[in-house]
Amino acid sequence: MSSFEISKERIEALKAGHRVLAEFRYEPQPVEKGYAGRTLYVNVGTHTIATKPVDERMKRTFIGGRGFDLWLLWNAVSSDTRWDSPENEIVIASGPIGGTTQYPGTGKSIAVTLSPLTGVPIDSNVGGYFGPLLKFAGFDALEVQGIADEEVIVFIDGNQGLVQILTAPEESVNSHLLAEEMVALFGQTPQEKQGISSVSAGVGAEHTLIGCLNFSFYDPRRQLTRLKQAGRGGLGTVLRKKRVKALVVKYVGVKGDSNHPADLQPIQQVGARMHREIYERDPIMFTMRLDGTNHLTKIMNDYDILPVHNFRYGSHPEAEKIYSPHFQKYFRYDAPDGCWYGCTLACAKFAAGLELRSGPYKGQVVTVDGPEYETVAGIGANCGIWSAHDVLEANFYCDAYGIDTISFGTALAFVMECYEEGILNKEITGGLELKFGNGDAMLEALHQMGRGEGFGLIVGQGIRRMKQIFVERYGADPQFLQDIGMEAKGLEYSEYVTKESLAQQGGYGLANKGPQHDEAWLIFMDAVNNQIPTFEDKAEALHYFPMWRTWFGLNGLCKLPWNDVEPADNRVRYKGIEAAKVPEHVQNYVELFRAITGRDDVRSGDDLIRMSEGVYNFQRLFNLKMGQGTRQHDAIPYRSVGPVTDVEYESRAERYDQQLRELVGIDPTGMSTAEKRLALRRYREEQYEKLIDAVYKRRGWNENGIPTLEKVRELGLDFPDVVELIEKHSR
Amino acid sequence: MKVLVTNDELCIGCHLCEDVCSHVWYKEINRAKSSIRITSLGNAEWNMAVCNQCGQCIAVCPTQALSRDKQGVVRLKKELCVGCLSCVGFCPTLTFYVHPDYVEPIKCIACGLCTKECPTGAITIETLPDQEIVK
Repeated sequence: MSSFEISKERIEALKAGHRVLAEFRYEPQPVEKGYAGRTLYVNVGTHTIATKPVDERMKRTFIGGRGFDLWLLWNAVSSDTRWDSPENEIVIASGPIGGTTQYPGTGKSIAVTLSPLTGVPIDSNVGGYFGPLLKFAGFDALEVQGIADEEVIVFIDGNQGLVQILTAPEESVNSHLLAEEMVALFGQTPQEKQGISSVSAGVGAEHTLIGCLNFSFYDPRRQLTRLKQAGRGGLGTVLRKKRVKALVVKYVGVKGDSNHPADLQPIQQVGARMHREIYERDPIMFTMRLDGTNHLTKIMNDYDILPVHNFRYGSHPEAEKIYSPHFQKYFRYDAPDGCWYGCTLACAKFAAGLELRSGPYKGQVVTVDGPEYETVAGIGANCGIWSAHDVLEANFYCDAYGIDTISFGTALAFVMECYEEGILNKEITGGLELKFGNGDAMLEALHQMGRGEGFGLIVGQGIRRMKQIFVERYGADPQFLQDIGMEAKGLEYSEYVTKESLAQQGGYGLANKGPQHDEAWLIFMDAVNNQIPTFEDKAEALHYFPMWRTWFGLNGLCKLPWNDVEPADNRVRYKGIEAAKVPEHVQNYVELFRAITGRDDVRSGDDLIRMSEGVYNFQRLFNLKMGQGTRQHDAIPYRSVGPVTDVEYESRAERYDQQLRELVGIDPTGMSTAEKRLALRRYREEQYEKLIDAVYKRRGWNENGIPTLEKVRELGLDFPDVVELIEKHSR
Repeated sequence: MKVLVTNDELCIGCHLCEDVCSHVWYKEINRAKSSIRITSLGNAEWNMAVCNQCGQCIAVCPTQALSRDKQGVVRLKKELCVGCLSCVGFCPTLTFYVHPDYVEPIKCIACGLCTKECPTGAITIETLPDQEIVK
């Protein structure tokens, strides 16, 4: 049980603070073929609430989810809008397949905003019940615009047909409390509580640019709320800037046909088949049901791609200390762990019995959702903190404070390297000894973000701004910081070492939102199995996989059931890249899309790729609209390409020497490490540029990375303002 | 617990049990709606598949729609069921069924009406000690 139950007195106190600032009534109507047919607009600054229709062109061009988010945001902002402008929005959507109960991984929400870190749209996908419940409440997407004069919550009651903006002076800010408060306020029975989901951030999101959003769902067996995170890009920071404590949706009555699909039978068939596949295959494949995504930590360490000490190295002798068995002792397996109904892959692990050793809740025994691989790798391995307890404690506080564990881990690893290199010292950090491995200092930096004081606030600005601060204030070498600061487009890298995979360097560098692995994960295909040797092969993979992975975000889907479990005969029937596509599962998605939407013109995986291509190019153009989206913005730090320092070179000297001989045509004998390192660097940087050329060509973009007018017309994106934008940049 | 016990060797493949089951619960004779499935193995041999009330489905249900009643029978509360079919995929004996006319799955509740019609005694209803899993 949680330590954070809400008393009756507390509920009364919360209610006493509520004043209705705006109210909007609408006629609840059933979802048809996966679409509610309208979106909801809420301006917390002007107290405006309205609905907008979803027409056929919107469905065909943008499909749903991230596509709808981007289209609504595009129409809401101008090229002058900044993350903290009132016009900036948080847009949240499910998608036509979202809310399907029969198939695993169908409960994702996709949240989009202009990011405080990058200045361009960030998209972040997240579990929890919000997106599906929002759709069943009557809305394919929710736009939240404006900045409130006082603290508010937005409440959507899908059964009553009511939307309210309420003052919320008494509610908590930190998500682990706030989510419980929302359930206690708006739900009585377990069924009602399961019909409530909130979106919130925390005090850390107020004080940093790396704030995340927590999406809740109620766990009726354990009688508490669980939290999943839309982590990337500062979404939580934007929510708190708007003075929104929570977005709450209530819809009671989810059934197996709430999407009113065109044809239920194929959905039941592929769903039941997929559950069976997980039942039989997961225990002998990736043990997601047992370990969640953290099963990856061992694999990454074994293959030398686990980020260690700010991505200097790919493995560490102590990594075993943060492998799954050390977390299993916290995990409880007494309830199904899907973050939406019917997700039997159940990677949302539930840790209990964690006694906090620091911070405002010190001494309390708490529960934690997670940790995910990214959290273990980022806060654990990348910062050299080989303690399952400390990773879990940081995970708890990151969620509670509304801080993205990935940006936090990567940013702190950068700071730790700066500290060890003498760029920072105790005087600058206010006494924090931010060396690799110092769990106390890591936790204290996090609490400073929560309190809004100290050096933690600098860390919370993210790496791009820290580089500038360290150069200006402490005389750091800008080139060195550029080389070791693992950010691109302003976003911190997620947790994979890409030095030996050119394709994955592109997977990160060319990602629209910044370096997040959900667009492409090609390391095994490229560096381990050597299945995409030429630039053209890599470019093809950097077309197919980003488009394919984008498709999940258009439909309210999780990517994990696609390839974190495979049919028993997948690698018998298919080889190489084809096997990596998991064709049987692709066909499941074709069937799901057809059966729900009734679109008979969708027949193959290629049809799904075409859907994504439109949205993907639109997002690229959105970056252009915001003054970025060109070749210079696809640059990546050298730490992600090759060894920045002599020690890194020496750690893989044999491999690098061989590459100098065989690929560069230089005999390394007699050369100093620094000379060899620079020779390798020239070669690798040139390779990256050649890769970019090949990918742009494959995607139908010009050499500056801008989609051509021809491509835009082909994709049906030739809206007048899009055409004008492209013409402006081709002059 | 109350449970149906089958004996394949006595089964003659008349399918009467399937017909009774679908008729009792869905008011039509339609074997695709039965919670018992009789499959030919060739050579006049038959496989009888029906829920053994092992209850492993209870743990995977996200809405607590599945629970044991006082007689130890695993029952589905349809009003709580969201039709996710987790129970269908995770049934160790593959005896949870789906029909597209219904969003909820089809499950044996050990009513025993089929046993009264079985001409050979191939299917019987018995009360077994809890936890004992048959066939």
